[in-house]
Amino acid sequence: MILVIAEQRGGKLNRATWETVAAAQQAGSPITIVVPGSGVDAVATEIAAAEAAEVIIVDSPALAEYTADGYVTALAAVIGEVTPDLVFLPHTYQTRDFAPALAARIGRALITDVTAIKKDGNSIAFVRPVFQGKLNADVQPAGPAPHLVTCQIGAFRADSAKTGSSAAQTRKSSVSVDASAIRQKPEAPFKETKQAVDLSQAERIVSVGRGIKGQEHLKIAQDLAAALGAEIAASRPICDAGWLPMDRQIGSSGQTVAPKLYVALGISGAIQHLVGMKGSKTIVAVNKDPEAPIFEIADYGIAGDLFEVVPALIAELNK
Amino acid sequence: MKIAVCIKQVVTREWQLRVNDAKTWIRDQDASFELNEPDAYALEEALRLKEKHTGEVVVCSAGPARSAQVVREALARGADRAIHVESDALATADAFTVADVLAGAIRDEKFDLVLTGLQSDDQGFGQVGVVLAEKLGMPHATIIMEVQASPSTGSGQGALRVKRELEGGWFQWVTLPLPALLTIQSGINQLRYATLKGIMAAKKKEIRKVAPASSGEPSQRIVSVYFPEKGKKTQMLPGTAAEAARELVKRLREEARAI
Repeated sequence: MILVIAEQRGGKLNRATWETVAAAQQAGSPITIVVPGSGVDAVATEIAAAEAAEVIIVDSPALAEYTADGYVTALAAVIGEVTPDLVFLPHTYQTRDFAPALAARIGRALITDVTAIKKDGNSIAFVRPVFQGKLNADVQPAGPAPHLVTCQIGAFRADSAKTGSSAAQTRKSSVSVDASAIRQKPEAPFKETKQAVDLSQAERIVSVGRGIKGQEHLKIAQDLAAALGAEIAASRPICDAGWLPMDRQIGSSGQTVAPKLYVALGISGAIQHLVGMKGSKTIVAVNKDPEAPIFEIADYGIAGDLFEVVPALIAELNK
Repeated sequence: MKIAVCIKQVVTREWQLRVNDAKTWIRDQDASFELNEPDAYALEEALRLKEKHTGEVVVCSAGPARSAQVVREALARGADRAIHVESDALATADAFTVADVLAGAIRDEKFDLVLTGLQSDDQGFGQVGVVLAEKLGMPHATIIMEVQASPSTGSGQGALRVKRELEGGWFQWVTLPLPALLTIQSGINQLRYATLKGIMAAKKKEIRKVAPASSGEPSQRIVSVYFPEKGKKTQMLPGTAAEAARELVKRLREEARAI
């Protein structure tokens, strides 16, 4: 049996849960889904549409706000109770916060950021990126079951999750969580001051990465943006360095965009960036490394020096 | 505050990766190496906390002999001393093994705070910090963008208030008691670089080498590594910069109709 750990916040199901259900169904059957939280019956009803043996609700006031301690305690108990062969989770920031502690608590292997599953008879391998997506690794867990697996966001299609002919049976777990043992005290989530630019509305975006090398070189990217009628944006390292403001950042920690044209200059294509822009209609990549992962998702690629290619592009556009 | 910072040596981003003959890892004999970037931010945060609250910063690394390069660099940037768990096998070790040997090497030091980067640029497990917290019995918080510390006093236990990054531009403050472990997000601060004075001073600082205490079984094994297949639709435009640029503009206008 494969256990899927659903993610919700404030009674709203995280869509990545459906992707995780799809991945788990691909790995084997039957699956069971556990929904941790407080007052999450509606979430359980929603996810019970999946083809699953059972949906288990772990309802506790101590789980109303996410905390690593609360989740590790609750989920270690559930896993002990239902003894799955595999445990699947979405590779969200929340999972990244508690899953390694959960795996360590129960002394079981954890394979993170999985993008594909390879089955061969009884043997199963999980594909995950290494070296920031420049290489893939096929990985096998070791030691006794259950093995924990986190699924990269966007790697499995939510709409390929199989639904059942009728809703899966739902039950409440008897697992309880002692609120006084939770060491993290969370405050309400918030957004930083309102974003000045809403890049999601831009028709065209020119985005720069480490390949731009210095703040003084930003001008050629801005000139290209002007020639294309595009907004300027960047990958995380550029904003970390303060070369462009944080509200220009594209990726998992910044904005998600899907413009008509996305031009990536000197961006290698780490997954944290790709998740923020891979929905773009046309993607152009200019990078001096022909093996850069950005070329895997680009429609047009130029493997070359951006300091030569960009001026040539500007000249061509202004002809 | 007595602060540990766990750091890792990784191949430089610019180095052209080559897969070894067994196709199980990279061929890194002729690679150049650097400090894992998120760990550099963790080190900087530790140095800033020490400047504010006094105390000691101890840099800890589990890796082969060559990792001494980044350990010395961390000392040159201002760490006070170092613990290097040295073993060739640690170069490709899984997260549980690394967390195990780090826990064994630092447990008796009784640190108030342990910092790590949120993940490594090579394996990218994103696990070592959190597993280490569990093994040390400390509470943890991950992907941290700001740290407010209230160190323990004679009368009371110390605490941290930290800003966690959530997805899509959301953040959350979390309070947790010391001792604790945090994994630090890149961009939390502006990095300092080693000065000549720092490099000279580092030569006199202690690097304690320890053998890994555990030889437990790894929790996972790499069967093979390989370059991802390129999406078949990618059209690579060859030629000089001018030729490629001309072709690209043509296709964006006529084929993609994007401009």
